[in-house]
Parts: sequence; structure tokens; C-alpha cells
Amino acid sequence: MPAVSKGDGMRGLAVFISDIRNCKSKEAEIKRINKELANIRSKFKGDKALDGYSKKKYVCKLLFIFLLGHDIDFGHMEAVNLLSSNRYTEKQIGYLFISVLVNSNSELIRLINNAIKNDLASRNPTFMGLALHCIANVGSREMAEAFAGEIPKILVAGDTMDSVKQSAALCLLRLYRTSPDLVPMGDWTSRVVHLLNDQHLGVVTAATSLITTLAQKNPEEFKTSVSLAVSRLSRIVTSASTDLQDYTYYFVPAPWLSVKLLRLLQCYPPPEDPAVRGRLTECLETILNKAQEPPKSKKVQHSNAKNAVLFEAISLIIHHDSEPNLLVRACNQLGQFLQHRETNLRYLALESMCTLASSEFSHEAVKTHIETVINALKTERDVSVRQRAVDLLYAMCDRSNAQQIVAEMLNYLETADYSIREEIVLKVAILAEKYAVDYTWYVDTILNLIRIAGDYVSEEVWYRVIQIVINRDDVQGYAAKTVFEALQAPACHENLVKVGGYILGEFGNLIAGDPRSSPLIQFNLLHSKFHLCSVPTRALLLSTYIKFVNLFPEIKTTIQDVLRSDSQLKNADVELQQRAVEYLRLSTIASTDILATVLEEMPPFPERESSILAKLKKKKGPGTVTDLEEIKKERSSDMNGSAEPASVNASAVSTPSPSADLLGLGAAPVTNSAPPPSSSGSLLVDVFSDSASAVAPLAPGSDDNFASPDLASSEVVSEEPADTVHDADELFHKFVCKNNGVLFENQLLQIGLKSEFRQNLGRMFIFYGNKTSTQFLNFTPTVICSDDLQSSLNLQTKPVDPTVDGGAQVQQVVNIECVSDFMEAPILNIQFRYGGTFQNLSVKLPITLNKFFQPTEMSSQDFFQRWKQLSNPKQEVQNIFKAKHPMDAEITKAKIIGFGSALLEEVDPNPANFVGAGIIHTKTTQIGCLLRLEPNLQAQMYRLTLRTSKEAVSQRLCELLSEQF
Amino acid sequence: MLFFFPLLPIQQMQFMLLFSRQGKLRLQKWYVPLSDKEKKKITRELVQTVLARKPKMCSFLEWRDLKIVYKRYASLYFCCAIEDQDNELITLEIIHRYVELLDKYFGSVCELDIIFNFEKAYFILDEFLLGGEVQETSKKNVLKAIEQADLLQESQNEDWGGLSEDIL
Repeated sequence: MPAVSKGDGMRGLAVFISDIRNCKSKEAEIKRINKELANIRSKFKGDKALDGYSKKKYVCKLLFIFLLGHDIDFGHMEAVNLLSSNRYTEKQIGYLFISVLVNSNSELIRLINNAIKNDLASRNPTFMGLALHCIANVGSREMAEAFAGEIPKILVAGDTMDSVKQSAALCLLRLYRTSPDLVPMGDWTSRVVHLLNDQHLGVVTAATSLITTLAQKNPEEFKTSVSLAVSRLSRIVTSASTDLQDYTYYFVPAPWLSVKLLRLLQCYPPPEDPAVRGRLTECLETILNKAQEPPKSKKVQHSNAKNAVLFEAISLIIHHDSEPNLLVRACNQLGQFLQHRETNLRYLALESMCTLASSEFSHEAVKTHIETVINALKTERDVSVRQRAVDLLYAMCDRSNAQQIVAEMLNYLETADYSIREEIVLKVAILAEKYAVDYTWYVDTILNLIRIAGDYVSEEVWYRVIQIVINRDDVQGYAAKTVFEALQAPACHENLVKVGGYILGEFGNLIAGDPRSSPLIQFNLLHSKFHLCSVPTRALLLSTYIKFVNLFPEIKTTIQDVLRSDSQLKNADVELQQRAVEYLRLSTIASTDILATVLEEMPPFPERESSILAKLKKKKGPGTVTDLEEIKKERSSDMNGSAEPASVNASAVSTPSPSADLLGLGAAPVTNSAPPPSSSGSLLVDVFSDSASAVAPLAPGSDDNFASPDLASSEVVSEEPADTVHDADELFHKFVCKNNGVLFENQLLQIGLKSEFRQNLGRMFIFYGNKTSTQFLNFTPTVICSDDLQSSLNLQTKPVDPTVDGGAQVQQVVNIECVSDFMEAPILNIQFRYGGTFQNLSVKLPITLNKFFQPTEMSSQDFFQRWKQLSNPKQEVQNIFKAKHPMDAEITKAKIIGFGSALLEEVDPNPANFVGAGIIHTKTTQIGCLLRLEPNLQAQMYRLTLRTSKEAVSQRLCELLSEQF
Repeated sequence: MLFFFPLLPIQQMQFMLLFSRQGKLRLQKWYVPLSDKEKKKITRELVQTVLARKPKMCSFLEWRDLKIVYKRYASLYFCCAIEDQDNELITLEIIHRYVELLDKYFGSVCELDIIFNFEKAYFILDEFLLGGEVQETSKKNVLKAIEQADLLQESQNEDWGGLSEDIL
């Protein structure tokens, strides 16, 4: 056994490690470990005091056992004891143990901090180094509390050794990342910036990391770092390869420092000072020039280091996005890499070009490489490289090349790795829609998608093709013909059956003139697939059949025969059985006129979100989805409809037995009075909801209690115990994430709210309940906006009856239009006379900016790209605050969704954090908003960060949301 | 459990793992706070993913929301996780410089050196990278620091006569 031991010989440790290595089985290993653990435990517990060396050895063994993957639940105290040893190696092992096995045991933390404090004060640079390493490794909040004030002093003290300065800089960086609120800015910051001029390149390297992170958060304070960084960078890139001695790496001068300096510069816009700017441009040109020079070494390390600097320089050029010349040069350079023999470089070139494609200066230059990229898609052997090629094709796509790119992606899809198929499908669907000049092309593309990768076509994609076909007359005939042909294939994907069934049900008549696609043939074709399909698809097909009854009276009896068969009427699935029964009945008793009305062609869909947005709603879970569907339905009728939506809804759907009735028409006569949009609207919801619960939203009478204030108030009361009278402000904040509930309550009066918002419009129903048995007289509620607010928020109210009887409730409607973003809330003032006394009260009306949110779903990549684009310090607002409620992840999620933004899963690398995105709609503008909430359970704190394109909006949203947790 | 770390850390490494071709973890260094359970899960998944890759494939891969940069040296895989915006190539050279440091310190380093002297591997790493950031890139300076420590150790060991019980 070559028990190599440098310096120190802990023979017992080496023997133990050998034993473990010689174990033939997992069991043997565990047995050996347990024996060792028992031995160590007895040593630690034994009467004989252990000497430092033995303690070190045993602690080291424990560490080894832990690193093998076993739990260690003792020895911490012994490790802490080692910290105060005067022997360097004992101290070192103690610190290593602490760093690897951090324990939040507060008693220990206090002892550890104590030992660290002593070492920091020791003036012994090696001890100080160990202590600083430990802080940087553990980086807990307790350590930040203890040392965040001390370390800046060590960092800038004149007599601190270089190596200690380096550790101090990175140690402070770690603490700043952990607990920015605990690191005080002060005089030291300007001195830290000047470390960029330090003679010791190691110090500059460490300091640059610290400065970059600090500058991100406090750009003003660190502004001077820009010119210092530029001049440092300039000195490095122009130096000869030997000038920097040990900081030259394979003939590349200080590559790590260069990369860090270029990163630091990415915290700022291009320098304003022309001299600095000129010097920086020179640096960047030099770096680009060097890429063209012959390599100084054949070693891959040489080219990697050189290109690392080059790629970072290109990132800076893209970040500045202001020098067309440099952007195009960067693009050409990357173009060369696209065909480089090194896989790594091809990968990076594809990745980097994606960002270049979004710059107006270089978009065209990127496009010239389309053939190479397509070729990469076909020939690269590594799936991660092909993935990058797909991304780049997506990024470079515009109207001019969409057809080619979509065709290539479809082509690739046939053989693509399973892992990336769904993503490609979404990309193709988005591009096809975005750049469709010709909708027949769009329809072909989506049908192709289903044919090639049906399993990966999510519902959103096929919903979307139907929405588009329904809304565009010019493509309906083509779509019918195309799906009919596609359905001829002996094996076609179920998604195709869905699309086919839906489209033929609507537009089958457009191709029925052709004897090859006569009504009967269409029906037989669809029905031949019926028995192979899942329940939801069969349910959809049954709806198609009843639509056929209307479209093609000549095959009515055939269809009735099918509906009448036992396999339908007595189907074990309730949904299918119900449809069969009701459709059969409908086709039997309804007159042609009624059938024509009920089964009329679908009305155009309101222009709504693309498939991606819809996908996000799915992710919110079934409960909320139904909710949203309902709200959407209410909204669409309310917003587009008449002034008094509640009553219309109520009268139109006061069907006696709503639950059992699929189409909302228990008997034919009701249909006569029901306006067609409401019934066909129901069918729409029906087909578009994916489960058997489709019946529920079809009974609007039961879920809409706008028309019945009593119901509303009773629901509200049950939510809030009647006797609690909250501070009005607290109640106000409760409404930020919800729309319904009690706004105010005292002994006399209860005010309840129900509200709904869509884009920049909203409507609020205010219910005033008289809790007494005496009349309120001269009852006058008034909504008051300050002058400021009036220009941004348009509110219209109708007066209410000045008399409110005892025990009665009156309702007031407020129509809301958000013109531009706003800060304050309107005030609701209520005056009335009660039993001879005059009552006057005011409450804030919870109409807040976040109500005009539309959630936006995006990928992690998009999110970070946008996040980066909003890096101007004025766009970000951050708040760190104590949790006011128990920190429950599910509740937090619900609140973020209630706040109105999309909750993006799997975006933040840390799954405990929450990330959201949405767009605030105002009449004048739309404001993109990104948010991130980081809980710290240990400290019971949150950090909330908002980035939007508008400072005031970031500010306001941050205030509103901070109150919620 | 988790804490705060910034959304766009600058060139911050999240963690570094060394593992053998057989999938045995030889060294782990975490620069972000994670629970032991999470660490084990990450390790398991990542080792599997990286071992499944063929030679000549690109050294970078997207994994969860991170980028993995890895390189194989003899029987050992060195594997770093960085953030989306970070510089892959310079990370590759971080790995290489670390290997050079180990090599110089142990003299033709092999897997066994790292197994039997894991604590040294950690000490060298701490001198080179701290908090996920490069602290000192000069090979001389890093090794000087480590060797000084070894000297301290040896001089202190001299007054430690019999090591009779050391076998246990």
C-alpha cells in the first residue's frame, strides 16, 4: 500500500483507509466503520484525556467516514477544541472538520466564533488565513453577524499581508452573498476599489471578485472601478507573455484576472469618459486581434485560456451592444469557431451567437451562418451541442428564414433525442405561429408536428391550432381537407384525432361536396378511430358527432344508431354515457332550427395568449385552473358584454337542474331564449377542459353569486369571523393577493368586495351590509382619488340607493381603468345617518397596481436573459424583511399566484426560492416584471427582489408584496 | 436548508466534485449551502450523467439550471458546477490548474494520493479557490503556502516522540 503521507504521518488514519479499501463488500465496509466509530466514541468518552495529536487523528477519521457518505453525529466538540490548539496542523484539521460538517448548533457556533475571533486577532498570518477560510467556507448568518464588521478592517489595513488580504476579500464576498444587510458599506469601499491597482496580482484577482459583486448592488459607490479596471485590463492584454511571471498561464497573461475584469465591466454601461471608452475599445480590439494570431503553444490549455478571455470580451461587447463594428467582428470570430475541430469551441460559439442574434447590429451577421448551424444540427455527435444549434436557429429566426428553419427543425425532430423533443415541438409551434404569413403553412406545420412527435405535442399546441383555424375563415377549408387526409393514415396519433374531430365537426361541411370526403365517409373515418382512443378524446368525438347531426342531416340516423348502441348508452364512463344520452335525446327532440342554433359554428376566440401562457396556467394545479377558466369566462362575458353582466348571466342560465345538463339546456324551449354565444361558449369550455369535471363550469348559475349579494356576504362572513375588527391597513394588504372578502366591519356596517381584473381593466363590486335592524339614511359612499391618482386611474361608480334597510345589503359597481402605473390607493368614504347620529368613515380601496398583472411563463434561460437586461440599478428594488407569518412554501406559492404574476418552477437553481414573471398592463404601456423571493428559514427572513423596466413600478410592487409574508 | 445567494453571481462556482471512473466520490466541495440530502442527490445524479458521456463529447453540459464543466484525468473525473452566465473555458482551466497543483505537490499525483491525503487536497483547494472564487492563480504562491504549513507541522512533530498507539 503506498500510504503516501506528505509532511504529517497519521499512520492510524492511513491504516484505517487501507482497511476500508480492502473491504470486499459494502457490509464489510459498514462493519469496519462501525467498529471504528465505537472505538473513537470510547476514546472521546474515556477517562484518559486525549492529547491533541490523537484528537486530530480521530477527528480526521470521522471526517473520512463522513466523506464516504455516512452520518456523523459526534465529534463536533473535539473538533472545536482543536481550533484553540497552538499546533498548526491540529487547528487546521479542526477547521476542516467544521467547514465540512457545519452544524447550526448555536452553542457550538458561539465556541467556533470565539476561536475564529482569537485567530483573527493573533496577527499570525497562517492562523488568520485558516480562520478566514473557515468563515468563507461556512458563511453562515451567525458568522456574518460576528465578523462582517471586522473583516473590512483587515482587508484595507496597511500592514495586512497579501495572502491574508486575498482571503479577507473573498471571505467578505461570501458574507455579503449570505447576508448583504450585515455588511456595512463605509470608508473601506473606496479603499477596496483601489486594490485594483495593487502590485500583487493575486490580491487584484481576489479583490475583483468582491468589487464586482458589490458593484452590482451599489453601482454608484463603485463607479470609479470602471476606469481602474480598464487600465488594469489594458496593461494585462498589452503585456508580453513573460511580463507577469507566474501569473502567465500557458503564454496567456493573467487569464483569470482578465475574465474577472471583463465581468466587472459588465456591471456598467459603456464608459462615458471618451478616453476610458477609447482605451477599452482598444483592449477589446486587441483581444479580438490576438484570436487571429497563430497560437504560441499547441497545448489545449493555451487556447482555452486565450479563448476564455475572448468569449468574456464578446460577452462585454454584447452587453454594451453599442459598437456595431465590434459586434460584427465578434460574430465573424464566432463564425470561425462554428467549424472548429474542438467540440467545446463549437458549443460555445453556438451559445454565444444566440445572444448576438438578439442585437439589431449583429442579427443579420448571425443569419449568414444559418447553413453551418443547420449542418451542426445534422452532424454533431453530442446532443448538448445539437441542443445549442436548435437554440441558435430559434434565436436567429425571423420572417425571412422562418420557413427554412421550421422545416429543418421538423426534419431534425424525426431523429431528435427524446430529451429535447418537447422543447423543439414548442419552439416549432411558436415560430410557425409567429412568422406565419400563410396560414396553410401554419396548419401543415402543426399537423406535421403531431405526425412526427405526437407524444410530445402538449395540449396547448393543439388547442392553439384550433383557436387559429376557428378565427381565420381563409384557412378553414384547407384545414378540413388537410386533417381529413392526415386521418387516412392507418396509424395516426391521438392528438391528430382530437384536432381532426374538432375541425371536421366545425368545418367538415366545407369538404363534404367532394364525394371522396362525403359526410358518411368523414363520419366513418373518425369513428374508425373511436375505439382506440382514450376517454377524453372519445368525449370530444361524441361532440363532433352531434355537430355532424346538424351539419349533415342525411347521416343523422347513422349517428343516432351509434349513440344508441349499448357501448355508448351504457358506457361505464359517466362522462361518455351522459354525452351519449343527452346528444341522442337532443338529436331526437330538437327541431332543425334549434339544432342549428345550439350547434352553431364556434364564435371566434378572443385574441388570447399563445400556447406558452396557457401552459403556465396548467402548472398552477387543477384547482386554480378551473378557477381561472371560470373567471375568464365571466370576464369575457362581462367585459365585452353589457353593462350589467350579473343579471344577464343570471337570467340566461337559470336552468333548474344545471348539474346534469351538459349543454345548459334541459329542454328545448330554454334554448330559444338562450342567446347562442352562451351555449356555444359552453361547448367551448367543454372541449377545452381536459377532464370529466368539464360539467362543472357548464352550470354557470351555480358558480356565479354576483347576482345574489346575500350569498356573497354569507360566504364572506364565514371566511372572517364576524367579531374581529382588523386594522384597516392590514385588511387592505390582505386584498393584494386576493379579490374577494371583507374589507371593513364594525358594529353597524360590513363592507364586502368582489372584484375581477383583466389586462388594464377591472370591475369591483362593493357590498354594503347593514348589520343593524334600523335603516341607514342618506347613505353615500364616495370613491376619492387624489389628483395624482386621477391621472393614472380611471374610476366610474354609480350612486346607490340612499336608504339601506335594517339587515339589507346594497351593491355598488366600480369600473376601473388603469391608465398608467400608480402608487397610492383610492379612498372609499362612506357617510350615512344611523339613529340620528351622523357616521363618517374612510377605508382604502384595495385597487393596487398588481391587479393589472398578466402572468407570463418563460424558460429559465429567457428569465435570466431578461433579468440581466433589467440590470440597471434603478430597475431593481430589493427588500429584506422578517417573516410575519409561518414560512410555508405552498402558501407562499399561492400568494405569488394571487399577486398576479406567474410562478415559475425550476427557474431558480435553488428550489427553495420562488421566481415569478408577469406584465403589468396599463392603457399607455405594458411593463415587464420579474420577481424573486428567497426565504431563509433559519433566520425567519425573506429577501424579495423586483426588477421591472420602471423604477416606480419595482418600488410599488416590492412594497405591496413585502407585506404578504 | 437554503439561504440567499445572488441570482447572477459573478463566476461563482456552486460546487466541485472529484469522482472515480467507478463512481466513487473522492472529494466534494460545496460553495452554496445545501442539505446533506440534497448534496447526496446531486452527487448521485451528476456522477451518473457524467459517467454516461462518451469521450470526445463536449466538456460542458446543461444540468438542471446549472452548467457542468468536467474533465477526466486518468481515472478521476473533475467536475464543477457553474451558473448559466459563467465562463466555461476558464472553469476548465481552473480544473487544470488544480490538477497541476496536486501534481506538483504530490509529485505525479494519482487517485491514491487523494484518497490517503484527502485533507491535503482540501487544503490546496482552499488556497486556490475560496468561496467558489479564484483566490490565487500563481502556482508558486499556492504551493508556498501549503509547504510552509507542512514545515510548521514537521517542526512540531519532532517533539512527538513515540507514536506507539498510533495504529489505532
